[in-house]
Amino acid sequence: MTARLDSRSRLRLLAGGLLGAIVLALSIVAIFWTPLDPNRLDVLHRLNAPDIRNLFGTDEFGRDVLSRAMTGGTTSLTVAILTVAAAIAVGSTIGFLTGFFRGWTDRLVMILNDTLLAFPGILLALGLSAVMGPRKYGTVLALSVAYTPKVMRVVRGTVMSLREREYIEASRALGNGPVYTLVRHIVPNAVAPIAVLATAMFGWAILMESALSFLGLGVPPPAATWGNMLATARPYLTSAPWLSVIPGMLIAATLLSVNLLGDSLRDWLDPRM
Amino acid sequence: MTSALANPPRLSVRDLSIGNRTAFVHRVSFDVRAGRILAMVGESGSGKTLIGRSILRLLPENIHQLGGSILYHGRELSGLSRHEIRQLRGGRIGMVFQEPLVSLNPALRIGTQMAEGLKLHLKLGPDEIRGRCVEMLKRIHVPRPEECLAAYPHQFSGGMRQRIMLASVMLLRPDLLIADEPTTALDTLSQREVIETMLELTREVGTSVLLITHNLGLVGKYADDAVVLGRGEIVENGTASEVIGRPRHPYTRRLVGSLPHRRIAAAAPAGEPILVARGLELSFRVTSRSILQAKRIRVLRGVSLTVRRGETVAVVGGSGSGKTTLGRALLRLIDVDHGSIEYRSTDVTRWSDRRLHSFRRACQIVFQDPFSSLDPRMSVDALVGEALRHAGPLTPAERQARIETALSEVGLPGHAGRLPHQLSGGQRQRVALARAIVGDPELLVADEPIAALDMTVQKQILELFQRLQAQRGFACIFISHDLAAVQQIAHRIVVMHEGRIVEEGPTDAIFENPRHEYTQRLLAASPLLEAVSPSASQAAVLSEVEQ
Repeated sequence: MTARLDSRSRLRLLAGGLLGAIVLALSIVAIFWTPLDPNRLDVLHRLNAPDIRNLFGTDEFGRDVLSRAMTGGTTSLTVAILTVAAAIAVGSTIGFLTGFFRGWTDRLVMILNDTLLAFPGILLALGLSAVMGPRKYGTVLALSVAYTPKVMRVVRGTVMSLREREYIEASRALGNGPVYTLVRHIVPNAVAPIAVLATAMFGWAILMESALSFLGLGVPPPAATWGNMLATARPYLTSAPWLSVIPGMLIAATLLSVNLLGDSLRDWLDPRM
Repeated sequence: MTSALANPPRLSVRDLSIGNRTAFVHRVSFDVRAGRILAMVGESGSGKTLIGRSILRLLPENIHQLGGSILYHGRELSGLSRHEIRQLRGGRIGMVFQEPLVSLNPALRIGTQMAEGLKLHLKLGPDEIRGRCVEMLKRIHVPRPEECLAAYPHQFSGGMRQRIMLASVMLLRPDLLIADEPTTALDTLSQREVIETMLELTREVGTSVLLITHNLGLVGKYADDAVVLGRGEIVENGTASEVIGRPRHPYTRRLVGSLPHRRIAAAAPAGEPILVARGLELSFRVTSRSILQAKRIRVLRGVSLTVRRGETVAVVGGSGSGKTTLGRALLRLIDVDHGSIEYRSTDVTRWSDRRLHSFRRACQIVFQDPFSSLDPRMSVDALVGEALRHAGPLTPAERQARIETALSEVGLPGHAGRLPHQLSGGQRQRVALARAIVGDPELLVADEPIAALDMTVQKQILELFQRLQAQRGFACIFISHDLAAVQQIAHRIVVMHEGRIVEEGPTDAIFENPRHEYTQRLLAASPLLEAVSPSASQAAVLSEVEQ
C-alpha cells in the first residue's frame, strides 16, 4: 500500500496512524483495565494536580482523570464509529439507488431528505436525544439520523455525475444490466468521496457527541465521555486546567489522526496515484 | 541578413529551455516577424503549449523558464517585473486558448467580458467601450451585436464563442497574437470560420500571429512560416510551404505522411443488410422558463439508413447535425420517437434492454473520448473481458485467450494489467477497440473515434480500423466531422445536416461530385484536401516513409 504513496503522504499516513494507534490502544485497554476505578469518588483528593498517584490529576469528585479519559475514549470512539457506520450504510444505499435509478421515488426521497437537511444537524440530534433521553445508543441513533441526509446528498450527487460518464453508457452498450453497472462501475468509483466524507463525519460525530454531552443529553453520567468531561471541567478551567486539557487534547489528537488517515485513504483510492 | 534587418522580428526566442528538474523544452529558437503568421506544429507532449505560455509567463506552477531569452521588440521579457508583464498581457500581446467553452466565463455576459480588456488597458468610458464592442461584433458578422453583448456564452456555439473570444482579444489591437490550438475543439466548418476571422482581424491591425497547432492542414493553408517541434526540440524550420511540401526531417515526414490522402475507395461489399433504420425521428426536450410549455428540439428528422455486412458507412456532419444522436439511436442507447430499427429483419425499435442481449453483443460502440469511456478503476484485461460477459459460457482459459487475441490484434500485447491512466490517448482508444471487437460483433458504431487524438495517432487508429475490418468483416458506422479522415476508410458517405441526411453515396462520388450545397461547403472547409492534395511530392514522401 505504501509503495503507491509519495513521501509526503507516507509521512501523513505514519503520523496519523501513530496518533490513532495511541488513542485506540488507550480506549481498548480501558475496556479491561484502567489505572484506577474511573467512577470511584474520593472527596479527600478533589481537584488534585497531576502527581504520581493520579498521573493526570483528579476531578471535582476526586475521580482519576486518566482512567476517566481512557473509558471516555471507549465510549466516544464507539459512538463515533457506530454513528458513521450507520449513516454511511443507510445514506449511501439510498443515495446509490435514487441517484442511479432516479424517477419518482428519487424525487420523493429527496424532498424528505431536504426537509431533514433543513434542520441543523445539532438541532435534529438534540430533539431526538431529548425524546429518547440520555442513553448511549440513543445518542448513536440521534447522530446517525442527523448525518444520513448529508451522506445521501453527497452519494446521490456523485452517482448522478458518474452515470453521465461514457463508460457507463459503454457498459450499457455491452449489454450489462443496470444492477451490474451500478455495482461494477458506479460503486467503486464513488468509494473515494464516501471514504473522505466518512473520515470527516467521524470527527463531527465526536464533536457532536461532546456537544450533546455538554448540554447534558449525551451518554448519561457517571459514565465518562470526552464530551461530558469537558463539560464538567468548564467551571474549573483556571483552577484545575488539566480537567479540560486532557480530554481536549485527546479529541484533538483523534481528529488530527482521522484527518491524516482520511487524506492517505483518498490518495490511496485514487487510481492515478 | 539584410532582409532580417529591414524587417526585425516582433518576437525573437533564443535558446529557450523550459522545465522543472528536467527540461521539457530544449534550447528552442524562432522568430515571429511583423505581420506574418508563424505556425508551431507538434504533437501533444511536444512542448508547444509551454512555449506559447512562457512568452507571457503563464506557465503552470513548478514549471519554469530554465534558460534562453525571449525578446519582444528587442526587449527581454524574462527580466520584466510582474507589473510590466501584466501590461503586455492582453494590451500588446493577445492570447487565445483552445477551449472556448472554458476560456469565456459562463457567469458573465459577453459584453462584460469584452469590456474587461478595454477597461483595464485603455481606460475608456462605458459608452465608448460599448461602441467599440458593437463595432467589432459587426466586423466579425455577428448577427444583432447589441443583443449579443447582453447574452451569455452558453447561448452560442463553440465556433461562435471562439470568434467572440478572438474579437475581444483583437479589440485591444495587440501586435502579437498567440493562438494555442484555437480550432481544435471545433468541427470543420467552424474551424474554417474561426481561422478566417482570425486572419481578417490580424491582417487589418497588422498583428503577427504565433499559431500553435497540431493540424498540418491549417499550416499549409494559412501560415507563412512554420517550425516543427518534436520532443521539446525544433526539428525543422522554414516557410510553411517548404516545410509541408518538402519536409527534410524524418519526424516532419512522418507528420506529413499522416495527413489523410485520397485513395480510390473500394466498392462497397454487397452483403445482406444488418441494420435497417427507417424514418427515425427524435426530439429532446429542452428546459424553458415556463414548466407548461416545454420546448422540443428535433434532432433527427426522418433519417433512413441501411448498413450491410462488411461495409463502412461514414456519417459526416458538423456539430449539432445529429450524427452522434443517430449513432446512439441505432444502437438503441436512446429511444426514438418515430421510425423503426430492424436488426436482421427483426424490428427491435421497442425492445427492452433485457431482450436486447443478443443485439447488444452483435452491435458495439467506440466512443470519441477514450479518457472517459474506460472505467478508471479497471485494468485493461478486465475492461476487455467485460465485453465477454454475455458471450455465452466460456472457460476461464478460453476467455483469457480471447482477451489476449483481441489485445494483440489492436497492437497492445502485454498491456493487460495496466490501468487506463497509465496509457496514452491512442492506446486507450485501442483498448476501447479491443473491447468492442472481442465479442466478434457484426456492427461497430465508431463515434468520432479519432477526433481527440494526434495526427500520427489518428492515422494509426484509422489503419487499425481498416485492418480489423478486413480481418473480422464487421460492418462499421463511422461518425466524424472530418471528411478528409473519413474518405480513407469509408465505402459510402452519408452527409447529415440539421437532423436530415442531405446527401448519400459512394465515397468517390461524394468527393468528386458533391451535389448538395452543404456537402460542397464541408469539402471546401476541409483544409487538407486542398492544401496537400496527393501531389507527386507527397507520394514520394509517403514511399520514403514506408521504406
